[in-house]
Amino acid sequence: MASDTGASYGSTLRYKSVERIKAVGKHSLIGASGEFSDFQEILRYLDELTLSDHMWDDGNSLGPKEIHSYLTRVMYNRRNKFDPLWNSLVLGGVKKGPKGEEKYLGMVSMIGTHFEENHIATGFGNHLAIPILRAEWREDMTFEEAVKLVEKCLLVLLYRDRSSINKFQIAKITTEGATIYPPYSLKTYWGFSHFENPAQGAVGSW
Amino acid sequence: MAKFSPYENNGGTCVAVAGDGYCVVAADTRLSVGYSILTRDHSKICQLADKCILASSGFQGDIKALQKNLAAKELVYEHNHNKKMSCPAMAQLLSNTLYYKRFFPYYTFNVLGGLDSQGKGCVFTYDAVGSYERTGYSAQGTGAKLITPVLDNKLKSPNPLILPARDAVTPLSESEAVDLVKDVFASATERDIYTGDKLEIVVINSSGIHREYIELRKD
Repeated sequence: MASDTGASYGSTLRYKSVERIKAVGKHSLIGASGEFSDFQEILRYLDELTLSDHMWDDGNSLGPKEIHSYLTRVMYNRRNKFDPLWNSLVLGGVKKGPKGEEKYLGMVSMIGTHFEENHIATGFGNHLAIPILRAEWREDMTFEEAVKLVEKCLLVLLYRDRSSINKFQIAKITTEGATIYPPYSLKTYWGFSHFENPAQGAVGSW
Repeated sequence: MAKFSPYENNGGTCVAVAGDGYCVVAADTRLSVGYSILTRDHSKICQLADKCILASSGFQGDIKALQKNLAAKELVYEHNHNKKMSCPAMAQLLSNTLYYKRFFPYYTFNVLGGLDSQGKGCVFTYDAVGSYERTGYSAQGTGAKLITPVLDNKLKSPNPLILPARDAVTPLSESEAVDLVKDVFASATERDIYTGDKLEIVVINSSGIHREYIELRKD
């Protein structure tokens, strides 16, 4: 899972080092876009949930499917009260099940629309990244190949989404656990001849 | 300043056709929002009881909540009556559940299909607030306006007021009904942007439930 680390306030880039992907329990990652304070509230709900789950001390732990189901209910019920949590949540994880390692990836919207897919994106990612992922995603990709593919999407979003910034974080979840890598930047290219002298050939006096 | 809307239409079409001893319930698997496709592989069909299948289109958050609600009530019924709910019983329950939220409706367009207690196919069709009717066939959702005229042409039974009383369910065989359903969905996919990707067809008959998938146009 990858995100950029910026959080805007209208047209102001208010926070530049925000971690929008967090680990949940032992088996899942949650990523969010939208209202950051509502994401923090959701993390508080998830803390309570995982704490109660841990206190049962019954050898079971909540997997990504269960967390996704819980979040869907939370988002839908807040929508019912006309007081939504203004987020798009991405829920991913891996858990050992009866049929072996079961991986899971899903999304919940602010009004409770939810689904499971092999590739998920929020906001502009739906328009710019999903077409790339639909064309190039394969079931048998290695982690390195997946990172390259995701970076391709992030780069497109960096060029074309005004609210994105050049500072990203990748997070990985496997049966061994969650790893959230330190932030890094992508190399961008601006040396196009058109950018050298942008007014050349422009119609008008200015 | 845009106002928060608690609803969105995730699109899709549902169809059901009843026959003598079978019922076909079908729905496409596309989930959309606005002009985007969220996923091409999301089922709108839910099995509520042995011989009772619900297909819903509309706002997916409400669809999920409604289907969960009904499944829970069916379980309570089973515990109280020591038997699974019949299709006509579920039909009334669905109507009551929808009307319960008459002043903040479930944005769902439902088609309930199954076998009644005599083993004959039955289809119940609903609006968003629970108004319902037992018919021989029905279509609901974004492609319904394209499909219903075709079903009328192929399946419409004579006026219920004439004597002797004629059967509402179609005399077509099960495979003919399935072929008809495939055809109408292929047609609806051509012109309705929200319908397409894949068609899930569920057939209930005396030997049980059978599911099949066919590809639809993905554009």
